[in-house]
Amino acid sequence: MTDFAVGIAGVETIDHDVAHVHVHEHEHEHEHDEPAGIYKWLTSTDHKVIGLSYTITSLVMFVIGGFLAELIRIQLTSPNATFVSFAEYNQLFTMHGSLMIYLFVGPFAFGGLANIIVPLQIGAPDMAFPRLNALSYWLYLSGSITMLLGFVVAGGAADFGWVGYAPLSNAIYSPGAGADLWIAALLLTGFSAIFTGVNLCATIFYLRAPGMTMFRMPIFTWNMLATGILILLAFPVLTAGLIMLYCDRHFGTHIFTVQGGGVPVLWQHIFWFWGHPEVYILALPFFGVVTEVIAAFSKKPVFGYKGMVFATITIAALSLGVWAHHMFTTGVVLLPFFSIMSLLIAVPTGIKFFNWIGTMWGGHVRFTAAMLFAIGFLVTFLIGGLTGIYLASPPLDFFTHDTYFVVAHFHSVVLALVMGGMAGLYYWGPKITGYLLDERLGKIQFWLFFIGANVMVMPQYELGLLGMPRRVASYIHDPEWATLNQWATVGAVMMGVSTIFFLVNIVYSWKRYPAGDNPWDAQTLEWFTTSPPPHHNYYALPPIRSERPTWDYHHPDARSLVHGTSHDAAHPEAAT
Amino acid sequence: MLVAAGGLKFGPLHAVGYSRRVPQPTRRTGDAGGVTRSARRWGVGLLVLAPLVLSGCSLSTFGADPSPTTTGRETFHLWQGFTIGAIVVGAITLSLIIYAAIHFRAKRQHEDSVPRQTQYHLPMEITYTVIPIIIVFVLFAFTIVVENAVTALPSVSKDNTIGVQAFQWGWRFTYPGFTIVGETTQDPILEMPEDENVRIVLTSLDVVHGFYIRQFNFSRYALPGVINPFTFNAQRTGTFFGQCTQLCGLYHSLMWFRVKVVTPADYTAWLSMQQARAATLSASAAGQAVQEQTSAGVPIRPDYGGGTN
Repeated sequence: MTDFAVGIAGVETIDHDVAHVHVHEHEHEHEHDEPAGIYKWLTSTDHKVIGLSYTITSLVMFVIGGFLAELIRIQLTSPNATFVSFAEYNQLFTMHGSLMIYLFVGPFAFGGLANIIVPLQIGAPDMAFPRLNALSYWLYLSGSITMLLGFVVAGGAADFGWVGYAPLSNAIYSPGAGADLWIAALLLTGFSAIFTGVNLCATIFYLRAPGMTMFRMPIFTWNMLATGILILLAFPVLTAGLIMLYCDRHFGTHIFTVQGGGVPVLWQHIFWFWGHPEVYILALPFFGVVTEVIAAFSKKPVFGYKGMVFATITIAALSLGVWAHHMFTTGVVLLPFFSIMSLLIAVPTGIKFFNWIGTMWGGHVRFTAAMLFAIGFLVTFLIGGLTGIYLASPPLDFFTHDTYFVVAHFHSVVLALVMGGMAGLYYWGPKITGYLLDERLGKIQFWLFFIGANVMVMPQYELGLLGMPRRVASYIHDPEWATLNQWATVGAVMMGVSTIFFLVNIVYSWKRYPAGDNPWDAQTLEWFTTSPPPHHNYYALPPIRSERPTWDYHHPDARSLVHGTSHDAAHPEAAT
Repeated sequence: MLVAAGGLKFGPLHAVGYSRRVPQPTRRTGDAGGVTRSARRWGVGLLVLAPLVLSGCSLSTFGADPSPTTTGRETFHLWQGFTIGAIVVGAITLSLIIYAAIHFRAKRQHEDSVPRQTQYHLPMEITYTVIPIIIVFVLFAFTIVVENAVTALPSVSKDNTIGVQAFQWGWRFTYPGFTIVGETTQDPILEMPEDENVRIVLTSLDVVHGFYIRQFNFSRYALPGVINPFTFNAQRTGTFFGQCTQLCGLYHSLMWFRVKVVTPADYTAWLSMQQARAATLSASAAGQAVQEQTSAGVPIRPDYGGGTN
């Protein structure tokens, strides 16, 4: 065997035939005189510390956003409830959507998981620009606080929906300070996202360890590269649009108002030119997470790895040309172009489904909490994906647009993404903290969430077909919709209870189950280092000969196979 | 096994209309052929097929409304076609997910072994790439046919051209010679003749609103500064409910209207009566250009939902 480990900055090169490859030299861990406690949190530029801050902050936003959702669901349990006023209801759903989309799912994915995992997966000591990374987090935290402050100003928080359609969002129709705080918050978090995008792309392009070629990067890293590029293409557009909106509100620029010769629908173009890539900025990271989880818990390589990479790139490319499918009913966009572009996204997404199924096929599938969440993702995302195909067809979009059918569709999608996120936490949490989460509590959490998600969305699809518009605080015209709405509320409450189990699990499992370096017999590079990893991530690297160096190291006789080649006969012990 | 999705075939395309014939899967689809030898696969296959066959036989509406308008009807049939496609594809994919997860679950004897590490299977990968592309283009073809019908603008008579202006929070319907206005919860009535093309010319006076008539299976934004024309042809008389679907501020929930489809004779009579009434009123009250038809006794902007802020 001639494989040699490759050295990275500050790490000695080790011959891998030598048994003591796992260098647990504890003196290494203290060679950096790092501050501890709150001072460490305030000053750190370590991607793992920043990533953990991102994860925790975004989970706080998830809990607050979820709480707002429960209030919305309580209001809708009866046709003419007075639990909240119309004005409060408008604030509730606006802030629920804003918290979940802007402050939870995205930052959780690209600020939290990716920030921690991408450098580990490619053998980098940190992100390419550690201080920029810290700036990203502090901008994100200030933006989140700014948005929440909307609730305490006169007139309340923003109340024009998370899409802020002009001219409803201008100074005449939404004069309050809450709207300005909303814009300011999105500017802050927008810049934060852009900087993270820069960091992700630079890190992935320039800081890969020797041997880690592009086609040896794990799928999660590939997906984060695509996400980073999408962030760079989409977020500046939103940020520019928000500045225009702010100028319209305060400096009379009339960009989005008819009275001054402006074009209200321009806001929709700008918003959705960000907004649809944003859907994939949210989704691609979790596609990556479940890919890793399914491969690890099936003990198999990712099926059709290269096809999956091309599928990811195709999704990212197509996602830049589909924004106007949110605007089919405006009557001012070319329908067939945006229709076929949107329909085509189903192709690479379908490919991914078969990659996931193919990865499980013939494997040894272990039903850990992470794997359950990944399978829950597949099922729920399948429903959300299929209903998305309807919405890509303009006539069917005319029929269902702005009804609960659309609400149900994108909640199927985003709740699937939340399950993907939970899969990531159960899978990678031990790598970050050094301790496993409790599996039994995790499984209870999964079943409550999975059943709750589908109990909530299924009645909503039906309500949409019956004609219930979204963002209505009452439906006194159709009191018979109460039963379906109550079922949806039951589902939402189940998800709320599930989240309580999650929080309990974090507290209960705190320093309870030491994880070890590779508790799942997982395959990608990050499982080669210690849990938690040392300051600059690796003392030594294994030879990187495929996209799963840790697996190759531990299972040298179980290399990936191509169906129909002579490799099949070469490894009789691998056959089942 | 994956080829089964290719069995998704729709009925023949008629000149303009969308066939009433509901697509049927032409092949047995649910089983994953060649992947397992156990008899269980037939059970899985039947389980998947049963709802399909049942729904296909009874021409299920799949929850949608077989609309009274010609275009709404075509949208409805497109809905049926898409839904059958979605059920077939969804059932196959879901069965494969569940089958793969359960059949290949780790067993005790697997503890110290690893499964075959198959990573690539080119014929399979090509299959699952090509079939979705075919499905997508079939769906697109049907979409285009229906879309062209739904967005068509055939010529209509002047009497059948109705201006609709949405505003916070109500609707203004402009007929030749008179106008009908109704605000929150008042249900202004949009009257139109049966079996004739009716042109709606939609716009907004302030923010973006959504003009949505449930049973017509159709909605269109009312945009400020944009004139949006579209056509209905209702095939039966009756009253239908309409509502604003695009968030437009505080009373978005209460921005309702009704559509009343009457016979052409009744429509003509109603038009003449309203025009005469409007002429009389404008003569007696000079300067009053608009008169409102409201349901008596309904307060404007009632305090639903516990406060107006």
